[in-house]
Amino acid sequence: MIKQTIISTHDLEIGFPTRGARKSKKVVASEINVALQKGQVVCLLGPNGSGKSTLIRTLSGLHSPLKGSIFLSGKNLSQFSIRQTARKISTVLTDRVTIGNLSVYELVSFGRSPYTGWFGSLTPKDNEIIEWAIESTGIKPFIDRDVMHLSDGERQKVMIARALAQDTSSILLDEPTAHLDLPNRVEIIRLLRKLAHETKKGILLSTHELDLALKAADNLWLINMEGEVFTGTPEDLVLDGTFESVFEQDSFDFDRTTGSFTLHQPTKEIIYLFGDEVAVFWTRRALEREGYRVSQSNGTSLQIEAVHRNGRFEWTLVNDHEEFICTSVGALISRVQKIRQSVDMEG
Amino acid sequence: MNERSQKQISSEKKIGIRSLYLGLLLGGLLVFFLLNLMLGSVDIPFKEIITILSGGKTNHFAWQKIIINIRIPRALTAILAGSALSVGGLQMQTFFRNPLAGPSVLGITSGASLGVAIVMLAAGTITSIFAIQQLSALGSWIIIGAASLGSAAVLLLILLISLKVRDNVTLLIIGLMIGNITIAMVSIWQYFSQPEQIRDYLIWTFGSLGGVPLNRLWILAIVVLVGGIIAIGMSKSLNGLLLGENYARSMGISVSSSRIWIIVSTSLLAGSVTAFCGPIGFVGIAVPHLTRSLLGTNDHRVLIPGTFLMGAILMLACDIVAQVPGSSTTLPISAITSLVGSPVVIWVIIKRKNLQASFS
Repeated sequence: MIKQTIISTHDLEIGFPTRGARKSKKVVASEINVALQKGQVVCLLGPNGSGKSTLIRTLSGLHSPLKGSIFLSGKNLSQFSIRQTARKISTVLTDRVTIGNLSVYELVSFGRSPYTGWFGSLTPKDNEIIEWAIESTGIKPFIDRDVMHLSDGERQKVMIARALAQDTSSILLDEPTAHLDLPNRVEIIRLLRKLAHETKKGILLSTHELDLALKAADNLWLINMEGEVFTGTPEDLVLDGTFESVFEQDSFDFDRTTGSFTLHQPTKEIIYLFGDEVAVFWTRRALEREGYRVSQSNGTSLQIEAVHRNGRFEWTLVNDHEEFICTSVGALISRVQKIRQSVDMEG
Repeated sequence: MNERSQKQISSEKKIGIRSLYLGLLLGGLLVFFLLNLMLGSVDIPFKEIITILSGGKTNHFAWQKIIINIRIPRALTAILAGSALSVGGLQMQTFFRNPLAGPSVLGITSGASLGVAIVMLAAGTITSIFAIQQLSALGSWIIIGAASLGSAAVLLLILLISLKVRDNVTLLIIGLMIGNITIAMVSIWQYFSQPEQIRDYLIWTFGSLGGVPLNRLWILAIVVLVGGIIAIGMSKSLNGLLLGENYARSMGISVSSSRIWIIVSTSLLAGSVTAFCGPIGFVGIAVPHLTRSLLGTNDHRVLIPGTFLMGAILMLACDIVAQVPGSSTTLPISAITSLVGSPVVIWVIIKRKNLQASFS
């Protein structure tokens, strides 16, 4: 696929200018050189307060940059009028929209404003695009419902449909998965991926869902607390350690081998785990939760073989002098704990 | 679930229902206009009114005079005042995303009051208020002029501030504070004034729809028309602003120029009515809510015409009550609008539970 840049920046500096009580300008991030390509999903990640929202708002023209420039299809963003910008970039913000007496269809149709005349009358072509936006986001079942009566997940899809109706080459979303439960989060991300690939729009979203971002993004933009921005494919950023360093302050451990975060500090001994893939995966999780470190190479006194046999899972636990067969993870864990206790007592 | 599915009416059907409602409102306006002409201290039969309106000959010369010189100007003033205040209130509610906003929140009404107070109370000490009252035609012009100047001064101040202050909530609070300052200045003036002057000022604050003769009505009509046309032109911006300023801007709406036009429109609507009729409260807050409930939409392209009609109807109805049909008494219109309107709004809110829900 030929890369086609939609939005790019050159030495962009974002933040807040001197105003009122603020004596000097507040720089949130600087020397930002990023590019959003056609048909790509980019996730913007960074710790709280690192400036994700400010970057999104600056790129969508809602906030003035402090320095540097933003290019929209090769032309400087500052040369675009508000109306022209709205035909190129649409946004889904964190601002809560809970208006009553407004149907979903009406809300989606507001997305046509950059194209309609002074009174906002819709042409048949406008209606066609609105219908298409409704179809693509799967909100057809509730287009006549009042916006006030939507669930958070439904509302987010409606706001995305509105952004689609704006018929722009890129959509910038600020935390579109916040406040949503897991199925809804996955659905939104899946929808955005589908849209990026089908419509060739460039989609940028900021998120806190690190593992979801790692899986879904074609590209990552990382901002650290110092206001430095790193870009690259998720895998490259993980392998070269950038990913870990950005989230250093948050004092949790990123496990490069699994691409997820360890919630529990390993405090107990190392267990050698081997066997069938699925069984090993889930057994490992349970052991890590209990505080054991799991090793995939031989050489420890405690060994577990997890296998799938005759339609059920079975665990064989071996230590220096005994061997146990367990039929559930729960049983395995309590057996491991018993062994450990007896070792402790002997010691 | 049932309740929800019942509430879901298809878009096409909804549009149909809306035009039906707008038609009904137009019909209602006509009915209340005729009722307003019929009822008063003297009840004039419907047939006679039609004859007089269509320019036919009538044996009751006095009735003809009452209709042409008193009741028609009065009813037209009611229509203009009701619709202007309501459309002004609607714009303020959407602009500030606040269900309690009304046309007076920017301090424009109190600016008019200050202008009138200065003329009535300060000028009164020099020339005596009787001079103004005796030259009744000139006097009312002076009062209208003073009120217009007062509201225009506050309008200019608000516009200047709005160029500096980008945040709408801040602007709302500044508007309320300017209102407070003008009210305080009026109070100080009252404190140093003679009781007769205060009485005259008080009577002005009661509001009156009867003070605008036909030959002056056209000025009010033109100003309200201009304000109304600007408001209709702002429909699209107001729709965008429903989602908040950021979303509005992201959808290509210039928030900074919209806010200026919205402030200008509301000032023209509220300022002119206050200048001609005195401060009339309540209508501007209540009517937008009533209209939203009736039409079930927040789309300003429908809501503005609906509010225009609803405001006119409500004001005509309040005026009928204020006339106390069959008696020679006239009650202050400002009191009646609140007295009649408040229970209606309470009823609508409790029944529909959607006053607050219109805004986040």
